[in-house]
Amino acid sequence: MKKSKILLGVAVIAVAGFFAIAADHMDAPAVTGGSNDITDFYAFQGQNTNNIVFVTNVQALLSPTDTQSAKFDENTMLEINIDTNGDAIEDLVIQAIPKDGKMYFFGPVAPAQTGLSSTVRTTGVASSVAITAPGANAMIATNAGMSFFAGPRDDPFFFDVDQYKAIIAGTATGFENPGTDTYAGTNVLSVVVEVPKSMIGGSGSINSWVETKRKQ
Amino acid sequence: MKFNNIKITAIVALMALTVYNCSNDDDSNGPKAPEFSGTYAQEDQMARPAISTVFVSMGNKDAFNVTVPSKQAAAYQVAFQNKLLALNPGYTTNALGMDAATFTGALATDVLTVSLDGTTTFFDGTNVLTGRTLADDVIDVELLLIFGGPMGTDNSTLSSDNVDANDKPFSSSFPYLAAPHM
Repeated sequence: MKKSKILLGVAVIAVAGFFAIAADHMDAPAVTGGSNDITDFYAFQGQNTNNIVFVTNVQALLSPTDTQSAKFDENTMLEINIDTNGDAIEDLVIQAIPKDGKMYFFGPVAPAQTGLSSTVRTTGVASSVAITAPGANAMIATNAGMSFFAGPRDDPFFFDVDQYKAIIAGTATGFENPGTDTYAGTNVLSVVVEVPKSMIGGSGSINSWVETKRKQ
Repeated sequence: MKFNNIKITAIVALMALTVYNCSNDDDSNGPKAPEFSGTYAQEDQMARPAISTVFVSMGNKDAFNVTVPSKQAAAYQVAFQNKLLALNPGYTTNALGMDAATFTGALATDVLTVSLDGTTTFFDGTNVLTGRTLADDVIDVELLLIFGGPMGTDNSTLSSDNVDANDKPFSSSFPYLAAPHM
């Protein structure tokens, strides 16, 4: 009894290092609060089950007012990385670069080089979609069997961060039931790409991740 | 023959001039064609939710963001294991039957595995890490695997935040995410 209480106490204190804010929202000093700060990444089978959907969200905790002026950074590339042979090295990338009110997409295409430095693969399939304005209906573009969206969306992430903070502060010993979604009522900037499975390996499993890269 | 050559040359030159003028006019009337030169250097990366936030210590977060996934396990698995045991000193195994080394070894390479053959979910009770859907309660999955013990029943006040769904419903069709709050 006493030992388990101590262990629980240690766990509660240790939780201080846990979930600074959220999934990847504001995860590191160099990116927190910046236009390049990735908040979340999703990959799931589409409504058309021959497709996979990749969702990348950036810019955490936008209020409705913030959302009116929130913009993608034209010097930041979002790069979805796809490893088709299980070595955690990208074999294909889908690059998204905003310019003049449009989001331009290249790929899926083999990168010029793997790793931390990228050039735009203009030899890949080129697509674009108008960036949806705040409050406007979602603008969707299709090309080569793919679908594209870029613009503000409700943050799909949910987590009771406030109760977590209370646990850290020592004013609570656990989560409440029911909890309260700290992300309710907030927005992010989203880039959604739906891709035929045949363009990213066809069958089996892939590994995927997303990066933000800044023009030098 | 010679005269014809001169004529053809003149016509070609005139055409070239005309074409040049046309494209020049287009440029001045319309928006400039987008230009995609240059090199882009990495600043942030993520795959599975909350991995950096949970397991990477503050001093390493920027470095983790610029460590390619294929090098992450070698660089960070031990630190992840130490972090896990700091978070939950009573950790033995989790509901997936993974001991601390196995669990953190799987997590330290931060990629999101996605099945191209069927169900895509972070964890649905049957399928494990075959993707991540918008509705997946990923925080509860991670809390349970860190704090819940081998049966998922330990530390019950820490193994779920009791927020099980988003504040807005998702769409079944593209672009799937809900419209922003305005």
